[in-house]
Amino acid sequence: MQAIQVFAEHYNYVVTIFLMMAGLYIVIARGNMIKKLIGLSIFQTSVYLLYITPAKIIGGTAPILDPAFKVYSNPLPHVLILTAIVVGVATLALGLALVVRIKEAYGTVDEDEIFAKDGEQ
Amino acid sequence: MRFDVVIRVGTKLILPFILLFALYVQLHGDYGPGGGFQAGVIAAGMVILVALTFGIDQAKQVAPQALVQRMVPLGVLIFAGTGLVGMLYGQNFLDYSVLGPVAPSARERGILLVEAGVLVTVSGTMLSMFYAFVERGR
Amino acid sequence: MALMTLLAITTIAIVRQRNLFGVVILAGIYSFLMASVLIVLDAVDVAMTEASVGAGISTVVLLGTLHLTGGLELERPRRALLPLFSVATVAAVLVWGTLSLPPFGTADAPIHKHVAPRYLEKSVEETNVPNVVTAVLADYRGYDTLGETAVIFTAGIGVMLLLRRGRGRRKPDGAADDTGAAK
Repeated sequence: MQAIQVFAEHYNYVVTIFLMMAGLYIVIARGNMIKKLIGLSIFQTSVYLLYITPAKIIGGTAPILDPAFKVYSNPLPHVLILTAIVVGVATLALGLALVVRIKEAYGTVDEDEIFAKDGEQ
Repeated sequence: MRFDVVIRVGTKLILPFILLFALYVQLHGDYGPGGGFQAGVIAAGMVILVALTFGIDQAKQVAPQALVQRMVPLGVLIFAGTGLVGMLYGQNFLDYSVLGPVAPSARERGILLVEAGVLVTVSGTMLSMFYAFVERGR
Repeated sequence: MALMTLLAITTIAIVRQRNLFGVVILAGIYSFLMASVLIVLDAVDVAMTEASVGAGISTVVLLGTLHLTGGLELERPRRALLPLFSVATVAAVLVWGTLSLPPFGTADAPIHKHVAPRYLEKSVEETNVPNVVTAVLADYRGYDTLGETAVIFTAGIGVMLLLRRGRGRRKPDGAADDTGAAK
């Protein structure tokens, strides 16, 4: 019984770790570079959840001050993640630009084929 | 590629409201959810919608590429310049309390200026990235 | 909780999907689900950013890349056992670690005892801004935001340099080579 309660209290963390590991699995096991970058951004979004989840207080509200409310969620992780999201898409675009250049240089975006072509030279 | 008339008319109808919403998000960021990052992305999204519906040349008339590329460093300069004003008055870097006679409203003004800098950089960067990918595909 | 489960299901679909076009659309769905989860967790500013950036801009950029590179992932005979094993091991260690974290939503967790109460108390008094996220973003942690803006600036410059067509200096065999070509 207690195990179920602990699991329910930490359910968000469990899903966060599942998303994180799914992203990591894509990065390790898939060869296509675009798929790898999507896996990397799934990993990144799971980190957003990891930051935002502990900031929530049950019974609290969004951190916009108003006399009608007393309890607010913690604003600090929100700030950190807000900027991280925009930086994340900027770096994702940078990675995709590199993928485009790799495609033009090698004619493929698959990791194994690129290594094979490197081996020929 | 022919564009559907429903999409074209619908886009024309919705465009001013998207821009208005971006401005609302930017200027109302002090009181509700929003700020420079979100508003910049929404404004860039408006131009991207124009490009998807009417073609890239129309989008470049709305937001010329040279302007967009200059916006990228301009926003950082607005941000850093706001910080330097504080240094000129003998305070710390990014101390906004020198921007007005009363400290709270001066700091609110500083926040607005900084958010404007963020808006300019974010929308400029997103659009120039979009333009770069489109140019490469031609 | 239901939203979190949906997120997990979408991720499984992303892992299994071989058509990259489908993957990009699923990533957009994933971003909207993530935004809904963030609203439930009271992070309205973050949810707004995730909805506009994750589902909007990154989908557009990914589709642009697919247009340039082609959209099918190769079936590969690589064995999936070793990655699966290592991922499962890391996951087990991480879950074991989270068990000692404070339960979800408690008000007396250590994270709420540090600087956050001060921000919540003083932000209106000191800056006239009721949205504490904006106040912390632009005022209390201004250095941080300046750094992030500089990162975005740098990434934008990098993309423009990487994707710019070179003018004049090209290799004779037609391979695009525009490193260092003056504009």
